[in-house]
Amino acid sequence: MSSGHPGLTNTFLEKGSPFKWSDESLKEIEIIKSKYPTERIQSAVMPLLYLAQKQNDNWLSVECIDLISQTLNMPKIRVAEVASFYSMFNLKPVGKNLIQICRTSPCWLRGSNKITKTIRSETDCDINQTSDDGLFTVVEVECLGACSNGPMIQINDEFFEDLNQTNTKQIIDNIKNNKPNKVGSQIGRSSSENAK
Amino acid sequence: MLNKEDKIFTNLHGFEDPFLKGALNRGVWSTTKEILKKEPNEIIELVKSSQLRGRGGAGFPTGLKWSFMPKDTGKQHYLVVNADESEPGTCKDREMIRNDPHMLIEGCLISSYAIQASKCYIYIRGEYFFEYQQLEKAIKEAYEKNLIGKNACGSSFDFDLYVHRGAGAYICGEETALLESLEGKKGQPRLKPPFPAGAGLYGMPTTINNVESIAVVPTILRKGPDWFKALGSENNTGTKVYCISGNVNNPCTIEEEMGIPLKELIEKYAGGVQGGWENLLAIIPGGSSTPLLPKNICETVKMNFDDLKANGSGLGTAGIIVVSKDFDVAEVIERFSHFYKHESCGQCTPCREGTGWMHRMMQKLIKGDISPEQLELLENVTKQIEGHTICAFGDAAAWPIQGLIKNFKTELLSRYKENR
Repeated sequence: MSSGHPGLTNTFLEKGSPFKWSDESLKEIEIIKSKYPTERIQSAVMPLLYLAQKQNDNWLSVECIDLISQTLNMPKIRVAEVASFYSMFNLKPVGKNLIQICRTSPCWLRGSNKITKTIRSETDCDINQTSDDGLFTVVEVECLGACSNGPMIQINDEFFEDLNQTNTKQIIDNIKNNKPNKVGSQIGRSSSENAK
Repeated sequence: MLNKEDKIFTNLHGFEDPFLKGALNRGVWSTTKEILKKEPNEIIELVKSSQLRGRGGAGFPTGLKWSFMPKDTGKQHYLVVNADESEPGTCKDREMIRNDPHMLIEGCLISSYAIQASKCYIYIRGEYFFEYQQLEKAIKEAYEKNLIGKNACGSSFDFDLYVHRGAGAYICGEETALLESLEGKKGQPRLKPPFPAGAGLYGMPTTINNVESIAVVPTILRKGPDWFKALGSENNTGTKVYCISGNVNNPCTIEEEMGIPLKELIEKYAGGVQGGWENLLAIIPGGSSTPLLPKNICETVKMNFDDLKANGSGLGTAGIIVVSKDFDVAEVIERFSHFYKHESCGQCTPCREGTGWMHRMMQKLIKGDISPEQLELLENVTKQIEGHTICAFGDAAAWPIQGLIKNFKTELLSRYKENR
């Protein structure tokens, strides 16, 4: 995958604005910490990276890394190496809608190439780019684990499955027009039962 | 063919309420207290005698794995459930988690009791955010009804269950990488020994099992190991959830008997191959890592551990990827090579360097740019990666290419000629 993917960047740790935990996040941190043995609190680093990313417009700045290292009393480099190892931690800013297109063989056999083409033209965004209005970032990713519902994409936390070019265009249009989208299967399947 | 009453996952597709009310209707949590009255060892023996083999890919007998846990050490034991479902072609655990989470939770309680683990972590892949929410909601219900927690189900066994989210790393499906990740580190596999049963999570005795292996345990104990053993064949017992994807008319996830013929599965449940059975080129039977099967083997092969192994492949996760003649099978494998290159954790040189090199060769191969000598070199290199890395990732990256060359050598060589 090219280094342009926000979760796999090699331009290491971009600076953002000053970062502090919100009151809500502080409460959440206490719940997270209670899941792990006190002397093994480093286990909380991934949940805290998620929490910081959620609070910081879906990406992790060097300030976020600093604060997590203070909160968990662990070296910054330990936090940074975890953040850079996992592709879901974005180390540079992303658009409001992070579109991840599955490119692995099961989706490809069902036409993921066409979905990629539609998304590129509808968002006016190339792979690994963010649109000028900041509405979209488009990336290609490896298997997202919904193979019986391919081709599929993930937009932020949500899966959109059983795609074709028409319903994909509709999804993008809805985002542009601020209309809600139906999550999951786009052809009315409950999950991955036989569509008949 | 599996009778309706022998189905274990009765809400696999989410037509009914996934939460507690629906689960109770389906019989989940019905005799949990009685099961927990048995001695832990007795439960292990029952699971052993059911011949349940792990559903995560390797097919190791689950009961036997549990019996490796040390006894009376005074240490904290852990059960860790591997829900990092990332093998391309596999989407079964997802359905169990989002549509019937209480089956998994009850399985966690009983399995943890059997290995005397008072704490259990479910490691779920980060992308499964909806599934994570479903699971958290179900766990909350279970705590509220005291099905888990202190004195779980009134059994005097104290049990805590937590969910930990991964963050997009295939390698964390490898059990020791998963433990590293759970400990807040990069997900890089550990050298074995020590095995997790001796020193696992936080250095404590730990058992790691796949979601499906754990979710079937309560049903096995309720209906008895003999019932489970009557399904399938010797050492390949029970039911299995198969995921069918790729060039079929109706891709789906379906529970069937272990050992159902592959052709029957595709024709009956997935609406057949696109363009008809004659249009079939090859099938990858158990997720991306398992070598592909050419059409002639697909005619007769049975979907179980031993028959697939005898036919040069493996059951793996039972993620069946169908490739028709309308697609280039070499590009299917090239895409897998790209996947493995992308997901290598970078710890061992043969894998870190090898996966990139193999992918570059595969890119040339699909264009007909590699000579017979280079093809031989590629095959040779896959064998030097296989077995020479800390974990099985190197093997997983090598096998698809080996399967391709073994079954389509003539066709691959003719590309080179045509390209001259």
